Order: sequence, then structure tokens, then C-alpha cells
Amino acid sequence: MQGSENIVRKAVRKYGKGRENLLPILQMVRKEHNYLSEDQLREIATEMDLSSADVYGVATFYSFMDMQPKGKNIIRICKTITCFMKGKDSIVSALEDALGIKMGETTPDRKFSLLEANCIGWCHKGPAMLINDKVYTELTPEKAVQALDEYM
Amino acid sequence: MVMTREEKLARINAHQERVNLIFEKIDSLGLLGKVMKLENSKILEYIKESGLKGRGGAGFPTYLKWKLAADQKSDMKYVICNADEGEPGTFKDRKILEEQADKVFAGMAICAKVIGAPEGYVYLRGEYNYLVPLLTTKMNAFNDEMNKLGLNFTLKLRSGSGAYICGEETALIESMEGYRGEARNKPPYPVEKGYLGKPTVINNVETLVYCTMIVLNEGGKFKTFGTEISAGSKVFSVSGDADVEGIYELELGMTIQEFVDLFGDGDTKAVQVGGASGFCVPRKKFKETIIGFEGVPTGGSMMLFNSTRSMYHILMNYMEFMQEESCGQCTPCRVGCQQLVKGIQAIKHKKRPATYLDDLVKLAKSMRVASKCGLGQSVANPFISIVENFREEIIY
Repeated sequence: MQGSENIVRKAVRKYGKGRENLLPILQMVRKEHNYLSEDQLREIATEMDLSSADVYGVATFYSFMDMQPKGKNIIRICKTITCFMKGKDSIVSALEDALGIKMGETTPDRKFSLLEANCIGWCHKGPAMLINDKVYTELTPEKAVQALDEYM
Repeated sequence: MVMTREEKLARINAHQERVNLIFEKIDSLGLLGKVMKLENSKILEYIKESGLKGRGGAGFPTYLKWKLAADQKSDMKYVICNADEGEPGTFKDRKILEEQADKVFAGMAICAKVIGAPEGYVYLRGEYNYLVPLLTTKMNAFNDEMNKLGLNFTLKLRSGSGAYICGEETALIESMEGYRGEARNKPPYPVEKGYLGKPTVINNVETLVYCTMIVLNEGGKFKTFGTEISAGSKVFSVSGDADVEGIYELELGMTIQEFVDLFGDGDTKAVQVGGASGFCVPRKKFKETIIGFEGVPTGGSMMLFNSTRSMYHILMNYMEFMQEESCGQCTPCRVGCQQLVKGIQAIKHKKRPATYLDDLVKLAKSMRVASKCGLGQSVANPFISIVENFREEIIY
């Protein structure tokens, strides 16, 4: 608890208590803590003088604001049409096999979460995925699995 | 006439060299001092004469947007660059930001001068977060340059968090204000009441670069390109079953047939113009369809599909995208998207008769009329154009 309180206070101090700073604050807490816990949302609400239902409503609206513990590294595989056409499903299978989890799950050691993304803007070089903020394009199943090595 | 890949590339390159405005390397920040000495009325005149319409897809005349914001009396105004590019098939803004961020910032500064805004924001989609270090460095240099020139304009960067709807300008404002990214009713338009209730100009990344080039070139070659209704050039993102995928600046006004001859793989049966919210043009309409505001308007996404592709899968993919990205606040869009997905699945699996497709088309048409914002209103575009042109592929 003490740790999470520090993160919240640090974020509010960095950006300020104005409502317009809510998203950057949520983003910072999410990034440092790996997800947004209900306790943290309540703390943010208290610090910013907002209702906790309001803060919860905002946080849950955005797909990058994880409300459940996620892996240290988040893999987002693009599932929109051109990546789908170019073999996105085989990339998903290869990663599921390599990590021993299904789409949407997190590895037991909390190193990786495997998620789908709604277009990441690399349609001409599909299939594509993001690991955290890094982009991987023109994937083959082998290339996708090799990419994991950087995060092991 | 079927061209080899090399012939196509040679043709495309020749075209690129002729129209090159967006990726032309210039010292835009260096030239900003000169532009900043121009009268605002002169700048507006250049933009007006150019005929530039917003390059995000909606196509509102840029001159008019700036003029309306300039005419507002307010103690504070804002300029926002909409870099929340999220339409499947669109990736042009990413490349423009990677290669030409200075020209984007210069466009924002020119706009800020015209409307009288001391502050500007770039709202970058979360999926492009890897650009944050690059853009922050460039932005700091830009802000220093503004200081050196003695200009009261500061740029800041805001990141999105994975919500396609935030590309809609009023949803973007809501998000920047710390709310759920839900579209607002219009009017009032952002030029009257935008970010924090103040007059705000929101322009697409590409639009801002064109503004820079138009003003720097004093009108220049921009208006010599395109057609009467669709002036200028435009950056296209080409993907799918294409021989030469990528990002290309082309003149507006070409037909889909000309486009397919240049980019297709020789077997193109459909082109989806404008991404998941755009129109699907079938082969039989390639020759008569113009890429531009007089034909099919586009934010730049051009997805090509050849005869090996199932249009059912393509339609399902678009509808699932829309279903997930609907912000959910208005019923026509929230429920409509879900019912369209369920409906085409039910027909495919013979749980509903083929005639049910006509009911779904009516539902899509209702969404066009009854949805609150562009997302729900545009779901009908891919749905109806694919269903009408590839009906048998959806049913069987």
C-alpha cells in the first residue's frame, strides 16, 4: 500500500490536480505499477478531489489502462484485416505455444501478457505486434518467438 | 495493361517526385521567422486559395476552420494536432511524424499565430508511444526556437490510451480534459467551445504539414494539383493485396482503376477506401470512381483485396473493430454494431434467412441517421457497400 500511495502522490505532484491531468496521471501510475488497482483509483480520486466512480469510469474506458495485474511485458498483436490476411493467426499460435498461455492471459511468472490490438498502424508490414512500446513487423512465427528473447 | 513491379515503381516514383510536398526536406523551423512576419490575412488568403480541405477524412475547409477560430473573442485559445490515427489501413501520420515533425509543428505555429493561441498540443495515439522520445526532443527544440523568435507559443505532447474514438475531435477533447473519450453534441463546434471550453482548432497531422508548405510556398504548387473539388495532393497508405504497399503522396482525382493499375497485384476485386469507416469499391466500379471528395473521400487508407479473399471475413473484421471501438454512449451505435456482427454471423451459419440481410442494411441506414458521432454514422459505409456488392459472399 505504502508503495502505491507514493506512485499516486508522485504522479499527482508531477502533473497537477487539474481534471485535465487525469489521463497522464493514470498512465504514469499504470506504467509504474503495471496495472491500476481499485485502491489506487480511490487514492487518485481523493488526491484530485473527484469521485472514485468517476475515476473508475474514465480508467475503464481506455484499453491500455489495465485493471488487472498484467505481465511486465505486454505483447499486443494486431488483429485487423491486413495483419489477419497475412497470417496473424499463426503468429498467435506460435506465441501461445512458446509462452504456454492463451490469448488474453498472463504467464504465471508475470513476465508476459498476450493481448490483441485493434490496428497498430503497420498494415503494410503485417503481421505486426507491439511488445510494450516497441514495434515488430513482417513477422513469421519464428521471428515472433525470437523477439521474446529480448525480454527474457 | 499489366505492368511489371519495376514499371509500377518507376511510374510511382515519377509521380512522387512531381507532387512531393509532405516529405520534401526543408528547414521549416528556419523559415518560420519569415512566415511569422506575414499578415494573418495574407496567411488565411494563401490557405483559402489553396482549396485545402482537412486530410483526416471529413474534409472541412481548413481556411474556414481557422477563420472561425480567429474571429472568436476569448482570453485563451488552443491548437491541437490530431495524431490519434487509428483507422485500420491508415499509417501515414505515423510516417509524417517520424520524418517531418518540424513541419507539423510549424503548421501548428502558423495556425496559432492566425487564431491567437499561446498553447498547442499534439495528441498522439497510444500505439505510437515509441515516437514519444523523438517527438519530445523535436518539441523541445521547437519551443526553444519559438522563444528565440520571441513568439508566445508553446507545444505539449499528450498520449492516448488505446481508444479509436478519440480520433473524433470532440472525443479527443473530452479525453484531454480527463473524461471518457465520448463524442460531444455539435454545435457548439470546437472552434467556438473546444478544449477547456475555449476556441480550439483541431487539425490532422497531414493537414498541418500542407498548411506549412502552402504558406511557405505562398500558395505555390499545391493548388496546381488535384481537381476543382479535391484540390492538391494527399498521402495514401496502401496495404493488402498490393504489389507495392507503403506510403505515397498522390494527386487527388485519379480513378480507382488508375490506382489499381499502379498498386494492385493484377487480381484486385475490391478496394476499401477510407478504412473500416470507408467505402468498398468493387471491380465493376473502378473506372467510374474518383478518389476525392467528388467520388470516394478518404483519410488515406487504401486496402486492396484480390479474388482469393472472402469479403465475409473482411466485413466481419471491420464490424468487430467498430463494435469494440464504439464508445457506447449512444444506443444506435452501441447496439447497432453488436447486432450487425451477430446478424451476418447468423446468416452465414444459416440461423437466419438471406433476406435478413435487408433488415441489417436498414439497421445500418438507421445508424447513419441516428448515431451521435462519425463512428456510428460511418458504420453503414463499409456495411452497405460490401453487402450490396458482394451479397453472395456474405450469405454463402
